[in-house]
Amino acid sequence: MADLSVKVCGVDFKNPIIPASGVFGYGREYEELFPLNKLGGIATKGTTLHLRTGNLAPRIAETPSGMLNSVGLQNPGIDHFIDTELPYLLTKDLVVLANIAGSTPDECAEVAAKLEDTDVHMIELNISCPNVKQGGAAFGTSCDMAAEVTRRVRAVTKKPLVVKLSPNVTSITDIAKSVESAGADAVSLINTLLGMRIDINTGRPVLRNNVGGMSGPAVFPIAVRMVWQVANAVNIPVIGMGGVSSGRDAIELMMAGASAVQVGAAIFTDPYAPVRIAEEMNEFLDSKGIASVKDIIGTVKPW
Amino acid sequence: MKYTQGQFIITEKTAIARQIYSFTIACPEVAAAAGAGQFVHIRAKGFTLRRPISICGIDKEKGTLRIVFEIRGEGTEAIAELNKGDLIDMLAPLGHGFTIDPGFRKVALIGGGIGNPPMLPLAEAYGSKAIVISGFRNSSAVILQEDFRRTGAETILCTDDGSAGIHGFVTQPLKELAEKGEIGAVYACGPMPMLKNIAAICKEKGIYCEISLEERMACGIGACLGCACKTKRNDEEYFAHVCKDGPVFNAEEVLW
Repeated sequence: MADLSVKVCGVDFKNPIIPASGVFGYGREYEELFPLNKLGGIATKGTTLHLRTGNLAPRIAETPSGMLNSVGLQNPGIDHFIDTELPYLLTKDLVVLANIAGSTPDECAEVAAKLEDTDVHMIELNISCPNVKQGGAAFGTSCDMAAEVTRRVRAVTKKPLVVKLSPNVTSITDIAKSVESAGADAVSLINTLLGMRIDINTGRPVLRNNVGGMSGPAVFPIAVRMVWQVANAVNIPVIGMGGVSSGRDAIELMMAGASAVQVGAAIFTDPYAPVRIAEEMNEFLDSKGIASVKDIIGTVKPW
Repeated sequence: MKYTQGQFIITEKTAIARQIYSFTIACPEVAAAAGAGQFVHIRAKGFTLRRPISICGIDKEKGTLRIVFEIRGEGTEAIAELNKGDLIDMLAPLGHGFTIDPGFRKVALIGGGIGNPPMLPLAEAYGSKAIVISGFRNSSAVILQEDFRRTGAETILCTDDGSAGIHGFVTQPLKELAEKGEIGAVYACGPMPMLKNIAAICKEKGIYCEISLEERMACGIGACLGCACKTKRNDEEYFAHVCKDGPVFNAEEVLW
């Protein structure tokens, strides 16, 4: 039995597997299937200052080895999260990463400030949602904006601050370096890639929002590449995600430099995916005689 | 909220019309928990997203469920390739089903095309109190009429081209029944324009109406918020989710 525990920004995770923001809500629906304490952590549904109704349907489309979504940050607002969802999650013996978003740097800071007096373990600042018109990816695609919003949130919180990065940029390492210098304690990547499908019978985009974020196994090699590049460019931990669907994938992403791994679309295919992935990682490590998963982080030997 | 995910044996497979299949699945725990109007979320080999399929039959004694589905694309095609004896991966039973009220003297169960299967458990529940109005494109698309009759329900068949039953839409017989004032409740599943028209007729006549909706889904259990449907709650607009708040909604809540 290998040691699967990891430490990110001083926070202990019993294993490196975290359901990614957006796929897992606030955990309640999945507790019907397995106890949430089997997870290393949970990245909660992206939460904004006020309730958001999200985009019109259809919000979901299948793609080869993946999917598109354009939910548009539907969420009940930060006060509901703090009053109702967070107390529930804090009883579950797992690390809670509160994923927050806003349409202005001020709004992001206001949301983060509300979390300061709670027991939430970490904040994951989403500067990369592709499905909202203001804020979201607009922050994440410019170094100056990414640094600005990070600085504003940093100023109001002492919680470990993880900034979630967009892959829809020319140089993700430049963005990562910008948020590092603005005070981020870690970065998480990759958010979804902007994509589109068209129903050729109607000539209409499948998604009502026309475009949406692509995820699933198809994006995995892009995630590996970006995690590797960013891990080599910054001195803060990297939380990796993007198309992970097996223990082998999670190991690969950690070898590329990830200190922990988020799992997204794979949960739609197999709702037990996070639990199964942790078990498969353990089997792999045992088969190789590796005592701790920490020993594989960033161990890729590039040519 | 009580659902499980697992692999279950397909004990019977029949092609009941062109591109339409019926599976009987041995799944005692799921069958015990399932109710009319709920659905199962089926993994399609090689695909990221599961496919939601409505429940067409629940046999709690035998511990089986029946589903009837149409090949609509590659995902349902992959599911249709499964055979008797194969394992089918389901997350089930899911969603908010129909309200069955023995107080209704007569109910109309209206299915359009592949919207007919979820009406069968309702017909089982209401028996001779039910009038089933089924609409199809043409005679070769007609399904489940024998099954409906076996429950003791009265059946009215309509086809768009008149090749079987009444030439026309399901709304015509509904209007006639509504005029007579015999119907206490209407339950419907089918294409959106059909549901919209049925809801309008029921509203005009003051008849209680529940409809089952369809939407592209990811998680199937209310976590990802993918399958949004605009509804009205306490006079406020609200994006409900077809997988958890539905698929069955009170027709008056839905904003078309």
